[in-house]
Amino acid sequence: MNTDLYKYTLRLADTALILSHRLCEYTSKGPFLEEDLASMNTGLDYIGQAEALLKYAAKQNGTVDADQLAFAREEDEYANFHLVEFPNQDFGYLITRQFFMDVFSFYNFQLLKESKDETLAALAAKSLKEVTYHLKRSSEWMIRLGDGTAESHDRIQGCVNHLWMYVDEMFDEDEVNTNLLKENIATDLSEVKKKWMKKVSEVFEIATLTKPEQPKYSLVYGKDGGHTEYMGFLLTEMQFLKNRFPQDTW
Amino acid sequence: MAKELEEEDPIKLAAFQAKIDAEIKIEPKDWMPEKYRIGLIRQMSQHAHSEVIGMQPEGNWVSRAPSLRAKKILMAKIQDEGGHGLYLYCATETLGTSRDEILENLHAGKAKYASVFNYPAPTWADMGAIGWLVDGAAIVNQVSLQKTSYGPYSRAMVRICKEESFHQRQGYEIMANMAKGSAAQHKMAQDALDRWWWPSLMMFGPHDSESAHTSQSMKWKIKRETNDSLRQQFIDKTVPQAELIGLKIPDDNLKLDSETGHYSHTDIDWDEFWNVIKGYGPCNKKRLDHHKKAHAEGQWVREAAIAYAKKQELKLKTA
Amino acid sequence: MEDNQGILWEVFLQPKAGRPFKHVGSLHAYDKTMAMESARDLYTRRGEGNGIWIVKAEDIVASQPEDEASFFEPANDKVYRHPTFYTMPEGAKNI
Repeated sequence: MNTDLYKYTLRLADTALILSHRLCEYTSKGPFLEEDLASMNTGLDYIGQAEALLKYAAKQNGTVDADQLAFAREEDEYANFHLVEFPNQDFGYLITRQFFMDVFSFYNFQLLKESKDETLAALAAKSLKEVTYHLKRSSEWMIRLGDGTAESHDRIQGCVNHLWMYVDEMFDEDEVNTNLLKENIATDLSEVKKKWMKKVSEVFEIATLTKPEQPKYSLVYGKDGGHTEYMGFLLTEMQFLKNRFPQDTW
Repeated sequence: MAKELEEEDPIKLAAFQAKIDAEIKIEPKDWMPEKYRIGLIRQMSQHAHSEVIGMQPEGNWVSRAPSLRAKKILMAKIQDEGGHGLYLYCATETLGTSRDEILENLHAGKAKYASVFNYPAPTWADMGAIGWLVDGAAIVNQVSLQKTSYGPYSRAMVRICKEESFHQRQGYEIMANMAKGSAAQHKMAQDALDRWWWPSLMMFGPHDSESAHTSQSMKWKIKRETNDSLRQQFIDKTVPQAELIGLKIPDDNLKLDSETGHYSHTDIDWDEFWNVIKGYGPCNKKRLDHHKKAHAEGQWVREAAIAYAKKQELKLKTA
Repeated sequence: MEDNQGILWEVFLQPKAGRPFKHVGSLHAYDKTMAMESARDLYTRRGEGNGIWIVKAEDIVASQPEDEASFFEPANDKVYRHPTFYTMPEGAKNI
């Protein structure tokens, strides 16, 4: 097994998995019914991505299936970004989190669809269509809220300021990435970062929002198995039946 | 108060009834008696609220779904329910009310929703029982409503029935899997059936003899079949399904009458039925509070959307 | 502050390229971009559509039921507008 490729696949898979989990928690809590349905659509796209990627990871691993990976790992074996663990504090946080992720996924998948790894390339090409739509929607919401009322502007700027601490993880180059980049499998994160910053600036300008400073906050990133305080609760809930009845199928 | 039937123009009223008798659909701009309009608003908004409040018991488990497949399905199902609520809200608005008014009535406790959603869903087996029994009962009712006399309602029902067909199957599949699973799973499945059987039968409403609106609704073809007849259809369909997967319906008096082909059964505990309708069910307050809270928390978002839309319009005008 | 559920939009869907657009339902949205996206999220969940039209409900001009007789009945006796009105000589094809 190529351990770098396995880790890389899990990072993509878990980020999609945990984000889809947050979105499913939001059901019946949207600001109006149409929006409730729209965010569930995004959630369904992400759980679909997660499933395809976890199947690929399981295939590489050879001893587990996608469900075991999704529901039966230790916390430090999950490799998702910190950003997607952040709870649905309100619609502003939900949209800001989504926007940051959508911009990342959009540019990352654009590069990943050229990957030498055919499975990842195919998954990226399929997901890119979904993400293109998500990005359009979340950008528009950033603009509506940023340029809406004084209250919405302050609230969404607050969300941006708070969630900005999770941004640098997405572009952190480590061995996994550099090794795979040499093999033309992984994407060039410095390239993704450039595009991410440009797109975010453009949307922020229309939305009358400002970019915060970007210091480095995290000691251990989610992609390396270190997690926020939110993650334990999330997993307790998500893994509940698997933990309680490890032998049973449903 | 709605105009009494006696106060309506008798010629228009007769023409209206003749149209209905001839199975011609009534459309929003057509003349209709006040009581027809008000009755429809009541029934359709109640139906819509039921779909929307019905998202909650399942929302209670979606974050604990045991597999990727189960989670995906449940997400899509809850989403469908929201969609069905939405089709029905919009159809109700064609009768001259607004979404805001419809929601105000829900929050003020003036509008009802199906009492069944005031029961709790404590285990994963409840996801099975809700799909199998609650959706099963809803489908029996909705299939009949596809032929309702009001055009927009009928069209919404056709669409809903098409989409709902997977809901009951997924519930039955969960129940079947759990019934043949471990002893603990089997017990959970049986408990869930015990919990949901009676509330599901109650979904069809009081006996025809007790139902305040039935006879007029039937005459106007708002309803196409009576509560008791729909309830019987549901029982006849569901009992063999329970037997097939080895679960027992919690009614010792259930017996197939070989002559009529129908099951006879114990009567519903009507005290419980009225009690839950009056607001004393296990989750009445929880469900309504949840909806009010989400609505209140979304206010700043809706205000921002209004303000932004206005700014855009202004820009267009001055450009 | 104002609070409401947005304005009502009507949604028309083209099931496949080349087919006519058909009314499928309505929704609430605050602006046309949102209305278009909600139409996509609501009415094409099962791949029902290839094209979407949305229009503000208030912008639709509808015929009035009381005009039914004067609008539509005069067309009923103009059977010569239909091909079956004409008799063809035995054996004539593809006219």
